[in-house]
Amino acid sequence: MSGEEIKIDIDKELNLKGKICPYTFIETMLTLEEMEPEEVLRVIVDYPPAACEVPRSLKNEGYEILEVLPINGTDWAIIVKNKEIE
Amino acid sequence: MKFSDEQIHRYSRQMILPGIGGKGQRKLMEAKVLIMGAGGLGSPAAIYLAAAGVGTIGLADFDRVELHNLQRQILHKTDDLGRLKVESGRETLESLNPEVKVQTYSDRVISANIPEMIKGYDLVLDGSDNFPTRFLVNDACYFERKTLISGAILRFDGQLSTFKPHSGGPCYRCLFPEPPPPGMVPSCQEAGVLGAVAGVIGILQANEALKEILGLGESMAGRFLMFNALNLSFHEVKIAKNSNCPLCGENPTIKELIEYPQVCQA
Repeated sequence: MSGEEIKIDIDKELNLKGKICPYTFIETMLTLEEMEPEEVLRVIVDYPPAACEVPRSLKNEGYEILEVLPINGTDWAIIVKNKEIE
Repeated sequence: MKFSDEQIHRYSRQMILPGIGGKGQRKLMEAKVLIMGAGGLGSPAAIYLAAAGVGTIGLADFDRVELHNLQRQILHKTDDLGRLKVESGRETLESLNPEVKVQTYSDRVISANIPEMIKGYDLVLDGSDNFPTRFLVNDACYFERKTLISGAILRFDGQLSTFKPHSGGPCYRCLFPEPPPPGMVPSCQEAGVLGAVAGVIGILQANEALKEILGLGESMAGRFLMFNALNLSFHEVKIAKNSNCPLCGENPTIKELIEYPQVCQA
């Protein structure tokens, strides 16, 4: 994945800097549960394992990961699309 | 309702599970479970339900804590001797999880008070130690259309099932139409019971209650589980609704609550 961010419309942003796993995943999931179906969430994390673990856990729960990319030396952005109506 | 940081931390290891998440945790926090008996089965069941964050737990027991209870009734401690079990139980549950609302009933459960008692609950766990109460709880759950998670223990053996006759499954009387005659079956007082057996079955009751609340997995409705501690064996048999059941069958003869005499109860 390149460092160039492709243009995706973001409906909400969640700053999880300073949070560690599994709370990064849980707080992401809680936020998605309150969003509308198919809305897009951008999550910022600075805990290195979270950049891999959070997208993997979200995929396991059926969410679509649109993009994972470093945004500077310490932070990553995870862009995830909410599920359709269950 | 937003979760606090403390709630997210407390429940993180179950919120992370597939099929639970925030929605499942909310279901648990809104759930109301009544536990009949704060003894060998009710103790471990109540502890796990409180730990999981079940919002309202009812404890019904008229007994007081005695020394011979402490071998298996883990809600109570040596300092609680002589106290009402529901009071000692409430204290244990509230110290484990202050978010849980504990409602206590220290009157003996009888036909006159049980319908009102169970009305406000979603689920009933039976951990009673005698047949008259066991049949009364089953019949009341049938009339009030409440799911009943039934557990029983004696010596080294345990049994477990879930009864949901309102959604097509059997009730306790489909298996056992009438209580055994007094004196036929020994009580725990006479025959003894291994404390850990109470733990196994009580925790399985909690497990089934959590599944029913969350709508996860395979319900124990229509299944009857037998546990033996000495062989460490579990056997399961399928059980069907009995069309001749005196309570939920095609021509029921039981139209109202029956109170069988309590034998050998002080």
